[in-house]
Amino acid sequence: MREIDVSGVTECVKRLCMEANYDLEEDVLEAFDRAIAQEESPVAIDVLEQLKENARIAREERIPICQDTGYTVVFVELGQDVRVVGGDLNGAIQKGVRQGYGEGYLRKSVCHPFTRVNTGDNTPAIIHLEMVPGEAMRIFVAPKGGGSENMSRVHMLTPAVGVEGIKSYVVNRVREAGSNPCPPTIIGVGIGGTFEQAALIAKKALLRPVGSRNEDSELAELENDLLARINCLGIGPQGLGGRTTALAVHINLIPCHIASLPLAVNIQCHAHRHKGTIL
Amino acid sequence: MSEPFRLATPLNDEALERLEIGDRILITGTLYTGRDAAHKRMVDLLDQGGELPFDVRGQVIYYVGPTPPRPGYPIGSAGPTTSYRMDAYSPRLMELGLKGMIGKGMRSEEVIEAMKRYRCVYMAAVGGAGALLSKSIKKADVIAYEDLGPEAIRRLEVESFPVILVNDIRGNDLYEEGAKKYRR
Repeated sequence: MREIDVSGVTECVKRLCMEANYDLEEDVLEAFDRAIAQEESPVAIDVLEQLKENARIAREERIPICQDTGYTVVFVELGQDVRVVGGDLNGAIQKGVRQGYGEGYLRKSVCHPFTRVNTGDNTPAIIHLEMVPGEAMRIFVAPKGGGSENMSRVHMLTPAVGVEGIKSYVVNRVREAGSNPCPPTIIGVGIGGTFEQAALIAKKALLRPVGSRNEDSELAELENDLLARINCLGIGPQGLGGRTTALAVHINLIPCHIASLPLAVNIQCHAHRHKGTIL
Repeated sequence: MSEPFRLATPLNDEALERLEIGDRILITGTLYTGRDAAHKRMVDLLDQGGELPFDVRGQVIYYVGPTPPRPGYPIGSAGPTTSYRMDAYSPRLMELGLKGMIGKGMRSEEVIEAMKRYRCVYMAAVGGAGALLSKSIKKADVIAYEDLGPEAIRRLEVESFPVILVNDIRGNDLYEEGAKKYRR
């Protein structure tokens, strides 16, 4: 059995919080380039160029890509042959977030729902822990901005509406969100499971590299179809009009109850921050 | 694309009359920051008969909650937040002479109506371009509600701060017109 000390986890989470907020990943930058090549709107091209320039400044000067450095969402895949030592795992992750947001000059954006008093250190982070085979620990940090999260929805559809009903709900959600979630967006779609699981798999779908093909050919086709329909809405980058409303649609699907058809749409802004590592 | 307009604050009606939706504008002068919490406090204060922490006449409010600055920088990342959350409060400030708002995303019909009535414009900065936008901000001072942290009211001195005009004083809306043009 392999031992992992929690101090290493804290150090890793701290580093990932900072890097995620300064370094936009290559998959997103490449998606910007593909969008620029296809855009018809001069304003849209100007916005996309500004986003590339913004990413360059952020990376070189260690200034956060976006001032909304997000609610910190941490995905942990814990190998079942790992023994965590030196303290508790949850506490170690929270400590990493606290240190990362403090030392990294990141905004603290977490508050009490009623009083709106800020917790002051961006904790508590949301932690999704999953047991997997093996003796490694994978950690993903995905800070999530409020603007795009506010435009996300979970809806319990009637099974009778079928695939067409799913398509029209997703496209309508993106239409109604309009300029609010900072397009061009990445649309995470969770189909099936239960109320809460649909939302979780929609969020997890966002972690796939932007522009990668779904392993399931039927879902890959559905993703292409949805992306084409979304990009016919004309909303465009920042909602100013154009061909690029979304950069990608990512779908996760699992079985559901015979009475249900849960659907979650998790909208991700173009400042799609996600950094992972293996301990 | 045509050359951007240069606009200095404070704003007056004459300058606003010339502006049309889709105009690219570079603002130089003073901006005041405010988000949800600061707006709520300001409007609560007015309801109690109090005076605002700054004179809004002719001024522009930028909806932003910046990241803390690194040593040697005036401000951290400073892009716009989504504006509809301020819709409940904006008409009240326009009534007192506010002339401009900078944010991102659609405004309500009530706010667009109020912009016509009180002659005020709404401009969008590129959301998620906080590092780039911070380069146009030369100075930042907290002037009220320091306890709100990133949501405190700051006075910003800006040079050639880039925005695009979304709602003019005639009730036009770039978000609607832009999408219409590229819809299929």
